[in-house]
Formats: sequence, structure tokens, C-alpha cells
Amino acid sequence: MAERKWIKQDLPKGMKFKNDKLAKTRYPEMQVDPGEAVGVISAQSLGEPGTQLTMRSFHFVGAELSVTLGLPRIIEILDARKIPSTPTMHIYLKSPHNKSKIKSDQIAQRLKQTVLKDIAKEFVMDLAKGEVNVLLNKEEMVRRSVDIDAVYNQLKKTLKTFEVIKKTSSLSILEKEKDIKKLYKLKEKLKDTFVSGVNGIDDVMAYKSGNEFIIQTFGSNLRSVLNIPEVDFTRTKTNNFYEIEDALGIEAARKAIVEETMEILDKEGMLVDRRHISLMADIMTRDGTIKGVTRHGITKEKESVLARAAFEVPITHLIEASVKGEVDNLTSVVENVMINQPVPIGTGLPELFIKMGKELKKK
Amino acid sequence: MRNFVTKEVGSIKFGLMNPSDIKRLSKVIVKTPEIYDSDGYPVRNGLMDPEMGVLDPGMGIKRFKLGAGGYGCIRLSRPIVHILYRTHVYSFLRGTCSECGRIALDEKKKAKFKAKLKLAKQEKNPNTYKKVTRDIIKAAATPKVCPHCAHPRIKLNFVKPQTYTEGLKKSESRRLWPTEIRERLEKIPDEDVRIFGVDPDHARPEWMILTELLVPPIRVRPSITLETGERSEDDLTHKLSDVVRVNQRLLENINAGAPEIIIEDLWDLLQYHVTTYFNNNISGIPPARHRTRRQLKTLAQRLKGKQGIFRQNLSGKRVNFCARSVISPDSHIDINEVGVPTRIAREITVPERVTEWNIKWISELIKNVNGYPAVRYITTNEGGRKKITDESVESILEELEPGYLADRTLIDGDIVLFNRQPSLHRMSMMGHRVKVVPGETLRINPAVTIPYNADFDGDEMNLHVPQTEEARAEAETLLLLQNQIVTPRYGLSIIGAHEDSVLGCYYLTKNRFFTKAEASELITSIGLDTTLPKPEKKDGKIELWSGSQIFSLLLPKDLDFETKGKEFKNGKTVKGKVIIKGGELVQGLIDNSLIGSEGGLLIHKLYLDYGSDIASEFVNYVIHLGLAVAKNVGLTMSFNDFDISDSVKKRINELLDDTNKKAEKLIKNYKAGKIEPYPGKTVTETFETKMQGLLSNPRSVLGELIDNEVKETTHLVNSAKAGAGDKTRNIVLMSGFKGQTDLRGERINFGYDGRTIAHFEKGDLGPDAHGFISSNYANGLNAHEVFFESITGRDNFMDTAMRTPKSGYLQRRLTNALQDLRVAYDGTVRDGSRRIIQFAFGGDGIDVAKSDGGQIINE
Repeated sequence: MAERKWIKQDLPKGMKFKNDKLAKTRYPEMQVDPGEAVGVISAQSLGEPGTQLTMRSFHFVGAELSVTLGLPRIIEILDARKIPSTPTMHIYLKSPHNKSKIKSDQIAQRLKQTVLKDIAKEFVMDLAKGEVNVLLNKEEMVRRSVDIDAVYNQLKKTLKTFEVIKKTSSLSILEKEKDIKKLYKLKEKLKDTFVSGVNGIDDVMAYKSGNEFIIQTFGSNLRSVLNIPEVDFTRTKTNNFYEIEDALGIEAARKAIVEETMEILDKEGMLVDRRHISLMADIMTRDGTIKGVTRHGITKEKESVLARAAFEVPITHLIEASVKGEVDNLTSVVENVMINQPVPIGTGLPELFIKMGKELKKK
Repeated sequence: MRNFVTKEVGSIKFGLMNPSDIKRLSKVIVKTPEIYDSDGYPVRNGLMDPEMGVLDPGMGIKRFKLGAGGYGCIRLSRPIVHILYRTHVYSFLRGTCSECGRIALDEKKKAKFKAKLKLAKQEKNPNTYKKVTRDIIKAAATPKVCPHCAHPRIKLNFVKPQTYTEGLKKSESRRLWPTEIRERLEKIPDEDVRIFGVDPDHARPEWMILTELLVPPIRVRPSITLETGERSEDDLTHKLSDVVRVNQRLLENINAGAPEIIIEDLWDLLQYHVTTYFNNNISGIPPARHRTRRQLKTLAQRLKGKQGIFRQNLSGKRVNFCARSVISPDSHIDINEVGVPTRIAREITVPERVTEWNIKWISELIKNVNGYPAVRYITTNEGGRKKITDESVESILEELEPGYLADRTLIDGDIVLFNRQPSLHRMSMMGHRVKVVPGETLRINPAVTIPYNADFDGDEMNLHVPQTEEARAEAETLLLLQNQIVTPRYGLSIIGAHEDSVLGCYYLTKNRFFTKAEASELITSIGLDTTLPKPEKKDGKIELWSGSQIFSLLLPKDLDFETKGKEFKNGKTVKGKVIIKGGELVQGLIDNSLIGSEGGLLIHKLYLDYGSDIASEFVNYVIHLGLAVAKNVGLTMSFNDFDISDSVKKRINELLDDTNKKAEKLIKNYKAGKIEPYPGKTVTETFETKMQGLLSNPRSVLGELIDNEVKETTHLVNSAKAGAGDKTRNIVLMSGFKGQTDLRGERINFGYDGRTIAHFEKGDLGPDAHGFISSNYANGLNAHEVFFESITGRDNFMDTAMRTPKSGYLQRRLTNALQDLRVAYDGTVRDGSRRIIQFAFGGDGIDVAKSDGGQIINE
């Protein structure tokens, strides 16, 4: 053991065990051997349970939310899709706000994206005056905690070219030209005009977990949510990794990939060691951006022409390589398999040369 | 001094072929489209010219020996655009000046892009390199006037699939013929070619316009002789003969001074044939077909896809020294063994070096010509290989001396690799020791079905025999089954006892006592060579040994182990602790969690602390001991096992009645419009949600009811408690009721107009009408209940059918992306280009397969 200097001898910092002595002797023995094909082992550890994962999604009772889980979600993560099929957030709240259902519900409703049609009773076109009257629904407004002033101000901000007039329980938007087509267009536009909440959050639900209330959302917008004062930004999470990368950086995105993959596998009762997933996440994020495990992502970045050609679309790769005069140095696995040479991995890694025949005689 | 590797392929360079290289390389110029003459001999200067190889003994012309030949060449009468480089040709034409041939960028920009290219090259990332070249091509295409010679630039258009035109408007545009394109490309200086991201040493742009076409040797496109004696040529030969034919016609027309239109037509036809020769699947070009309407498989098609050269022949290869057969179970062989039928064993050979220590034995084997075990071939020190026949035995025996290599048949104890597809993880291919058995099937111990994911309903498995000393050494130290007991997926044992064996051990340790005779019988029947300890108690004069004592005989004498588990207290199995002290099972029951597969903690403990030899020996003994006990106990099952007491029956009926009443009330409320909708939901949805909640409840109540009811007298219940295959849930389904069928998180709400099936009235919202099953399996299901159950059954089946290909592709992508990652000598994880991915594997450098459930100490 003494000669194997590369092997770590000291336990990682901060680790404590009941039997410290045993841990200290075990740790160096548990180190990975040089040459070990950790990539393949991790890939298999993640791929093999894939056959046992379900394809179901998880439904929430009480809200119209369903979140993709199981195999489809794992595939989504590995593909590094820009937007997940069911974007969702778990928003944690700061101390006083997370204790009562009412308070957290209020915050939840404030987060929910409200467009004009959500709080309007009716849109009435007035051709004579050339305006659209929006009759507001008071109850709905209270439930979503918006008041008429807020709506008025928001509309003024977004509808710069139109004049907005505030009345007691309605708003009028003026169209200068009294053209029915334009008026109709304006009406349709008003329906989906953003009023309040967070852009992209379509539905919200507060639920109790432990002794606090957490808001789960359908739709995701991390940057805006983190700016809300009541939100505990240290724990709030989303399943859109690109948003995490944008708001918190690549390390956070990497961590999120690991955590979510672990969570999905856990839910299905699948045992996979965290190290395998961390390796996958590391290679997906190694150059500072998120890359999928696809021919457009990681595989495209391989140096070896043959390795790329063996995966998908071989002709494109060969043509590109020939034009560039690329050289394949045969440093990884498949290339060497192709030409029947030992692979530089595992027991194929060590090299031993001897002088033979003529060379020996010369001496 | 044989088999030393003295040379290796260091690297492979890719590039385009220089026309002069093609000429130099080729041994024949192919001119005639005819392949064979009237006598059936290949025509000189035809596509089957013997210079390109002679594969058929009868077909050779005397001068030529049988064997591989060289290349040929077709001199194209007019240049042709290489279809696979059409986009490159386009960017060259677009980015350079038609007059001076320089790239249309001024020196400043040129220098900037050069620097960028250099940086991208250093990064070793082909992707960034491509991005930079894309920017350059874009920038070079924009200037209106050549910055070098001030010549005005005309807009160039690429008309898919393969023509180039010049001119702003369609009416004014002029077609550029390959001759002109080639002239322009020739003018581009090497320095400027580099800025396009193209290496002029290996790919001059004008080489993308073909003047010579390389004809591959015949072994690339062998012809086959059909049974009828007819010859059938390879697709490539067909395509090449088209090229030659049109090429000759074009040449004749040019020489005869034919009108331009005819020549251009033929030129286009030649272009078509050359194009389809390279790739017969280009959009916009009708694929070339065989006489039988089948599409020809030309060069690109040969490489592409799962059946292509890359995936079929290069990444994976066919091998010799292998066998495949149906597998069947044999619990009496060792887990490390594989039962090999004699028929296979006498066929496959293993090379064994003759030494002075084994020469006698080898001689005996040589004498056994055509018998078993025997030596089939012998390789002399000079490298000559001889088959052993009745005629050659005598002389071979005489010359036999140490250093010879004998190919002897498979015998007991040889190491072989055993594999079952799909090979999803490394435990799908493990090393086994051969045990020659009668019969036709390969045998494995049922305990190793788990890593292989095999069963015996007709599964077949493959067997490979390593042929070199290195391969055998590697198989024994790394691949041997006992070294694969712990899975690298989560760091616990994956191999362990199974079903009957677990139940046997459970019974053994569950308050069971044996007389001296019984105990001795048990121990000897499993082949354990040991002495009985002091008896645990005496019943009168009879000495009695407890099952735990017998179990302890399998354990190392210094083993201390403690874990959560089950205990037997006051005639009942309760949750408690399993304690092993000094190799004695002091307390607790042995069940699946300790000796079972996929996480048997005791097995893993032994593996970790005592090594794989002890662990695998233990697994073997445990399996045999469990089976021996189970045999004595006699595991039978009766229909009565599902009987439950009348009081519980009553309770179940009450539960069902109660549920029905509650449901009725809910329906009444719903129909009266008294249900308050949940936020964001309609009244109907709210009703459904409430109903689901109501109907899922009885199942959990029933579970508890039956759990308390079952007695530990039946094997069924004990099997469930021991984790030996049965589940309490199965008992619930047998003697309770099935409960609500769940389809994608909902009740079954579709079918006919207003009802699921015709057994119910329209608008019936009750539990029965939407998939609530109140019967159990023991009594049988009603017709409509069977129907509902079939719906979910079919849904699950479809789910599996869709999942398998999806996860298969996922696996392929993952292994392909991560295949070159390895731990370097400094402990970092690096990829094939030695770029660091992690500084220590998983952050702490722990190999999961060597760890304790993924941790240093699993506490």
C-alpha cells in the first residue's frame, strides 16, 4: 500500500464516524483504481434501472397540476431540453409567512400570473366611442389580491399607444381609429394582457410539508420569483435548469440536475449511487453551459472522429473530418475496438515495451 | 517468441484523395462496362479485372493468384461534383473572388479570424471550431467587391440538390458547370483555404470536384454465385458499371463533336450516377434502383445505421470459441459454476501450453482422438498447426515437447464468460467455472438469475471461452462471478439466496430444534465439513440443537454483526434486532434482508470484511442449507390458506357496505348540486377527486385487517414475512377484495355513452360502474370486474412495450457519451482527450463497488 502514493489516505474533511479507526483504514482501500472505466459504470448504473422506471406522471389532488416523472423525465433531463414538458417550482417562504395556510395562499395567488380575462366579467366594444370597456369581476380580484388601481397602472405601462380610462368598476381603453377590425383586435389583445403576478406561473398551490407551507407552481420563472421579498431564495427551486443557470450560475444548475435525478429515482424506489449521477451532471456542465447527452451535446464534443461517427450520423462526421484533415489519435475506447487494438482503459491502460530482436543484438 | 505486438496503429488521418494519388494508387483504369466475357472470365479493364483481386478460384487468369487486389480508377470524361462535399464547394465559391481566387476578406479581418481559428483548434472541441468557420464563411460571402482585386462579385446560388448558378435574378442566372467550378477552386491559394477551416494539405478544394473516381477492390464488393450457377453482383459493382457506361458514352460523344445539349445531358446523367454511387438517399434525387425495384445500397448506406459498417462490424464483432443454448436451473452447482453440456464441451477448445509438468496428461488427451476429453489441434514450436486424426496421432505424440500449444477440449474448472442479452450492466457478462454436465442446456444456479435478469422460460445465453493466458487471468481476477457480488450501482450485494432458500433459512432460525441425527443429516447434506457444537438444550435425554446454531456453522468464527431485522418472541414475529456475536447467531431471524439478493446485508458484510472467497462460499452454503431445510419442512400450499375467519369476513362486508353508502351519499350531494368546487376545479372534477379519495380508503383499511388476521402457520404468510417471494398484498388480493382499479390516476370514466359498459345504467356514478372491484381472487371476479382489470392490464402492457425501446436508446446514448471516461493515475476522472471531468470520482474517490452501500461505513 505504501507505494501507491496517488491514493488518498485522509478522510474527507468534516466526516465523522462512530468507528473512526475503521473508517480511516477503509477509506484508502475504497479508492477507485486508476484506469477504472467509471464512465461506463456510471452510464450503466443509470441506464439499467431505466428499464424498470414507469412512464407515469404524478398528479396533485386539489389543483390541476401534474408533473412528469419516471423515465420520460429522466430522458428530458439527459436531453437538456430548454423547457421541461411540465415546468414547476417549489417556492419556500421566509419564516412568518410560511406558518399559516392563509398567508401562504395569499402569496401564492399573488404569484399566479393574472391576465385581464381572468379578472374581467365582460369585454364590451363600444363602436360609437371607439373604445373597449372591461367590466371587472370584484370577487375574482379580491381572490387574486389585485385592486383596480394596480390594474390601471399596469395597463398604462403595457399599453403605451392606447389611452386607458379608469372608472368605478370598469376600465375603458380607447382606440383612436374607429375601425371595427382594429377594435376587435384590441379586444382580443386585452384578454391576454398581463395584469399582475409572475410571468409564466400558470397555476399555484400551497401545501404543507413538515411544519411549513410550500408553494408549488405550474410554470416557472426563477429570476422573478427570487426577487419577491417573502420568498426564501435559499431553498426555492425549479425544474428548469436553464433558469437556474441564468439566475444562479452553472454550479447551481449542476447541483439541481443531480438533486432532481436522485429524487426521481428515489420516488421509484430505484437505488443508484449519487456518484454516478454526479459524474453525468459534471460532464453535462463541464464547459459552463448545459449540454445534453445527445449527438448535439456531449457526443459532438468528442475529439475522436471515429467515436463520433460510431454514434450517430457517421457520414457527416467523416466528411467534416476529411475536410479539416483531422487526426484521430485513438485515445479512447471505440476507435481502438474498431481497429482491434487494446483499449486504453482498465487493464488496457498500462503499457509495457520491450526491445526485441535486432535492437537487442545491436547492444 | 510468438504473438508479440511489435507495431500499433498510433493515429488515423482523414483527408480527401488527390487525383494524382488516385492515379498512382490504381492498378487498372476501368474502361469497359462489360464485366465478364462470353466464357465467363473477367474482362481486362472491366470492373472485375483480376488486378483488383481474385476471389473465385475458377475465375482467375493464370498470372494472378487468389487474393486481395488493388484499386482501380475511372477517368471521368468531364469533372463531377462530389455530392458529399457540395456545401463545402458552395462556401468556397461564395467566399472567394471569381477573378483572383482570394478569400473576400481584407487583411485585418483575415488576421482576426485566423487567431480565432487557432484558439478553437487548441480547445480540442470540434464544435467550437465549426462555429468559427461558419462565421467566417458568412463574413466572406457579404462583400460586394473583392477587397484584393476590386473585381465585382456576382451572387452565387446553390440550387439543391447539386447545381450552382451565378446571377442576381433567376432569369439572368447562368449555370456553373463543374469544369468552371474546378478552375475557380484551383485559384484559391493555400493560405486562404486555411481560413475556411479546411486543411489544404489534405483537402484542396478542387479535389471536391472529381476527375478520377476510385474503384474499390473486389473484396469490398464481392460477387456471389447463386445455387443456380447464376452470378449476382454487388450493388456497388452495379452502380460502378452504370458510371463506366455513361462515362464511355460521354467520351465518345465529346470525341465525335456532338452538340452541346447532348453532352450536357450525358454529363448530368454521369453526375447522377456518381452521386448515387456515393449516397443513394439524397433528398431531391430519385434513388437508384435494382431491376427488382429494390433501392441500391451504395457507399453511404453501407456505413449508416444499426446495420451499417460502423455499428455492425466495427464497434462489435463476431467471434469464435463461443456457444449458445437454452438455460435451465440447477441449484446443486456452485454459483461460480456454469453447467456446460458435453456436446458443447467437446466442440470448443482452449489452448494449453505443453510443459514438462503436464506433458503426460496432454499425451493422454492426444491419444483420445475424437473422444472426450481430448486435444484437437497442436501448434508446434515453429508455429505449424496440425489437426489430430487417427493418422497423425502417432507422429504428433512422438514429436510432442514442452513449448507446444495444445488445443484441448473444455474440461471442469476452465474459466469461461457467460452472458445474457440485453447486456445492460457489467454483471450481464461474468466469468464462470465450467462444470461439464449431461443434457443439451446450459445450467446456472438460480441465484445468479438476478444479475443476468434471466428466467428459465426459454431464455438463451451465450458462452465465450477466453483463448489467451492474459484473457483467462483477467476473467478470473475481475470477471469471476464471486468478484461481481457487489453491484457498482449502489454498493450492496446483488447475488444472494432466493425464494425457497430464504424461506428455508427463515424456518431454520425460527425456533426450530433438531436431534443429533437430524442436525448431522442437514450439515452433511450440504457438504459442510464441521463438527456440531454443544447442544443448546436437552429434552429429557435427547440433545437438541437449535436452527440458529446450525446456521452459525456457516459463519466465520470472529464475525460480529448487528442490524435491524426480525425476532421471534412469544410465538410471534416482531420487528427487532439481528445479532451475530463471535460467529454465533445470538438473536434474530434470518430473512431476505440478510441473505437475499439485491441488498443482502450479511452477504455484503462478509464480502467486505472477509473477501469474495468467503462470501461466495457462504452464499453457496446458505442456498443449499435453505433448500435442505425447505425440503424437510415441505413447502406446500393449500386453498385453505386463503381462508379467513367469519368475523373478519363480516368486517370486510361491513367495510364494503360502508363505502357504498358513503359513495351513494356523495353522489346524492353531487346530483343535488351541493358540492363546493375546489379552487380551479369544476364541480364534476371535485366530485371525482372526492370519490377517488373515498374509494382508495377501504384498501388500506383492508390491508391492516388482513395483516392482523393472518396467522404464522401457513407457508404463504411465512414466505411473505421472510421476503421469500410472497407479499402480504397478494394475500389481501386473494382473500379480501381488489379495490379500485386505477387508470392513470383516475377511475375508469370512458366507454359507451354515459356508462363504461352495458352492465350498468346510463349515468351510474357508483363505485361498481367505474372499476371498483369488491371480489377477491379466491372467489373469482364478476364479468365486469374482469373487464375493468383487463383495461389496466392492457395499459400496463403497453407501457412496458413503449418503455423498452426508449430506455434502450437512453442506455446507448449514455454509454456512448461516457465511454471514454476513466480514472487517471493521479486519481482524476478524465475523458479520452485527457480533459479533467472530476478531480476525484464522485468528489471523494470512492469506488461504489468497494464501498459499504455507497458509504465508508454504512451506519
